[in-house]
Amino acid sequence: MNVELIFEKSRKDHRGHSFPKDGGDKPALDDLIPERHRRSKPPRLPEVTESEVVRHYIKLSALNFHVDKGMYPLGSCTMKYNPKVHEDLANINRFAGLHPCAPVELCQGTLEMLYRFSEEMSHIMGMDALSLQPSAGAQGEMLGMKLVAAYHKDRGLNKKTVLIPDSAHGTNPASVAVAGFTPVEIPSGPDGRINLEATREKINDETAAIIITNPNTLGIFERDMPTIARWIHEVDGLVYMDGANLNALVGWTRPGDLGADIVHINLHKTFSTPHGGGGPGAGPIGVKAGLIPFLPIPGVIREGAGYALDWNRPKSVGKIHPFMGNVGVILRAWAYMRTLGAEGLAAISRAAIVNANYLLHLVKEDYSPARPGPCMHEFVITPRIPKEKGLRNTDVAKRLLDFGFYAPTVSFPLIVHEALMVEPTESERQDTLERYAAVLKQIAKEAVETPQTLKDAPTETPVGRLDEAAAARRLKLRWEPEDAGETA
Amino acid sequence: MNHCVGHTQKEEEVMLSRIGVASFEDLLEQIPKDQRLKKTLDLPFPLSESELKGLFNKLSRKNYDAAVVPSFLGAGYYDHDHPAAVGHMIQRSEFATAYTPYQAEVSQGTLASIFEFQTAICELTGLDVANASLYDGGSACGEALWMALGETRRNKILVSEGLNPCWRRVVETYLGTPGVVLETLPSLKGRVDPAELKSAITSDVAAVLVQHPNVYGLLEETGALGEVVQGTGAHLVASVDPVSLALLEPPGSWGATTAIGEGQSLAISPSYGGPAIGFMATRSSMMRRMPGRIVAEATDTRGQRGFVLTLQTREQHIRRAKATSNICTNSNLVALAMLISLSLMGPVGLREMAELSLRKAWRARERLLKIPGVTAPFAGPFFREFLLELPRDAEEVVLEIYRREGILAGVPGARLWKDHPNRLLVAVTEKRTDDEVEQYAAALEGVLAS
Repeated sequence: MNVELIFEKSRKDHRGHSFPKDGGDKPALDDLIPERHRRSKPPRLPEVTESEVVRHYIKLSALNFHVDKGMYPLGSCTMKYNPKVHEDLANINRFAGLHPCAPVELCQGTLEMLYRFSEEMSHIMGMDALSLQPSAGAQGEMLGMKLVAAYHKDRGLNKKTVLIPDSAHGTNPASVAVAGFTPVEIPSGPDGRINLEATREKINDETAAIIITNPNTLGIFERDMPTIARWIHEVDGLVYMDGANLNALVGWTRPGDLGADIVHINLHKTFSTPHGGGGPGAGPIGVKAGLIPFLPIPGVIREGAGYALDWNRPKSVGKIHPFMGNVGVILRAWAYMRTLGAEGLAAISRAAIVNANYLLHLVKEDYSPARPGPCMHEFVITPRIPKEKGLRNTDVAKRLLDFGFYAPTVSFPLIVHEALMVEPTESERQDTLERYAAVLKQIAKEAVETPQTLKDAPTETPVGRLDEAAAARRLKLRWEPEDAGETA
Repeated sequence: MNHCVGHTQKEEEVMLSRIGVASFEDLLEQIPKDQRLKKTLDLPFPLSESELKGLFNKLSRKNYDAAVVPSFLGAGYYDHDHPAAVGHMIQRSEFATAYTPYQAEVSQGTLASIFEFQTAICELTGLDVANASLYDGGSACGEALWMALGETRRNKILVSEGLNPCWRRVVETYLGTPGVVLETLPSLKGRVDPAELKSAITSDVAAVLVQHPNVYGLLEETGALGEVVQGTGAHLVASVDPVSLALLEPPGSWGATTAIGEGQSLAISPSYGGPAIGFMATRSSMMRRMPGRIVAEATDTRGQRGFVLTLQTREQHIRRAKATSNICTNSNLVALAMLISLSLMGPVGLREMAELSLRKAWRARERLLKIPGVTAPFAGPFFREFLLELPRDAEEVVLEIYRREGILAGVPGARLWKDHPNRLLVAVTEKRTDDEVEQYAAALEGVLAS
């Protein structure tokens, strides 16, 4: 089937929504907008009835795989199930309808929610305060690096470099660069952990910070983090922890206790807010006391019997969000925390670790683990396929789609050739994991016996394998009216 | 075990024994004992689903009820009507619980809708290419300026005084790295003076950032500003309001290189400021400098049309430290809401909404200015929003009007500017009635007279 676009369903003078009739026709519009400002040609937006719009998007929605349909074991992204009650809570009108510039006296419920969330999350992370402003993990990293810069500047130190392990997410070096620092790569050792010797050599007076993902992207716990943190602190550097993989740790250990000065928390991962096909998420950051003066303004504080906004932070790095951050996302995450409690959160991490190790155990016969030993909440494997078959990890991923599963993360981390990164999460049942492993086993068999099956995959999906290279050469990034009829 | 875990304790035991460990403790060996929590976290007792609802409902009563309180608040987030179908569509699991569409063959719903969104943004702005969206209007300004700095290799940015201060603060943080200079273009009469811009543009200016309509609601002399910037090598970055673009000449027609804006008022409830949605469109020549996700049309092995993420070598997961931006995600579900909203309204509906808002705003302004002591700092054509000067602190007045009439009268100056506590920024959308305006005026009159 060809995927149809809403623009192609447009019919002249159709409409899908009504507006109130204005009693008066005064003033005439021409008197309000001078001719030089007036739009000469209307935007060519679709003209469709409500029923056509709804049918179109229902039809499009059916082309998507999603968590409510099946297992989504995307490493590093923690695609756990999102409880439905959170949506109901976020849609309560007295939360959803709040304008960010309304008087604080009339927004006390939301301010209290933000305050309590911060208090509880600080405790979970072993931190002293939180900034709720970052809209995503990457923005949290950027804010973190701005804090690092402000902290050193305040102390009169001229520091230029930030150390990053070679197994890091791409956002780490990118965030370091946009904050004006130079990233310095440190190699991983053969066991997948940060190479201690190499790290020690790279730490010097110019070291502003280190970014550590713990567990790292191989799903391995960086047990030397406290040691590395001590070395970094000895040269007046700061330790930033990328919290992408917190789903392995919550309730068992705390970034603050491991030596982290700053940590970001992807609420859409560990704290179960829906991913929305790529946002909106939220990436609040926790900090230790020494960094509080530099946090964005305003903070939420207790004042008398209620809550207020505190704009008085002379050393603040400013703002990273026009208002208070993605409050609707934070609300869902707080609901999740409140429904689990301390023991519930620990049970989540525990189940995530057990599920990952069970799945690793089931697949390691046919796929090589990137590193030996048990894993935390995720693991990296590579297909064991004879070279002459001409198959790649992508082919395995595409074939998985035919069996009603989503594919693992492909070709990441960069230090593993032909990587498949699997994170089952705590949501999945034992039999689902066994089915997934059985499918992977079958694909390994197909790779040897009928390699063409993998090259042709997927065949059971709404569209077949798409030619990304040709698309990048042709680069068609929008629909044009003259396209009409072209695809009939 | 709890309701969020996919197995029972008994099942866990079976799994552990198959893994070949005696207990979970053996797996936990990975974390050295001295790095583990010594005692359970100190958190409130867990709540059942019904208790959770109770907690949130109780808390919500401490907030005002947006369903019944007429709102004249704006400053980037406006109380426009959202068609009911929008909420129904974006709450569907297929859209809400999917991930970034890396596996295109099972993500065509997300990819096709992003392609539609890019098309709609290009149509609204009159520019060549758009991305899948950014976090919000403020960060979109920052990203657009990064693009200009990278493309021109210059280091100075001129920002009009009429840029929403809430976004200006984000811009300052985004560009707060050594070597970048940020200067303000004054708006003495509420608008940038093209002659002043001319003298301010030096050979080190990478971009001029102008908001239109600006934070005072006024229309900038965009044609003249565009002419001044043309040929200087600097970029003109336009911060625009998507509703206004139904009536106003789009930025692509007055010389803007890049247009960005906030789409919340066409998409979802404000939720105290987030999530929101920043949109961005630019010229073809700048395509490879754009941040974030971009979707392209593609063909599959069966010869069918489909859609894929493209130009990924710009992005952090490929280019790492040399990426065009560190952004990873977009604001996808909110972008979808905006797209569905635009599809339901169509060009005629969007124009009706814009016209109604403007007319009602004009009538409200006339009415409020009749009140003794209320003045307007600026004059001239505007859209949907206008600035008043009150004889006393606007924050107090807003609260008093709320207490008397249950109306939110506008954004007090103190929320936006350090030295203008008596200013009141008033926005009027198509949802406001003449009766509400009359109630508001009577209340304001009463408060000022008391």
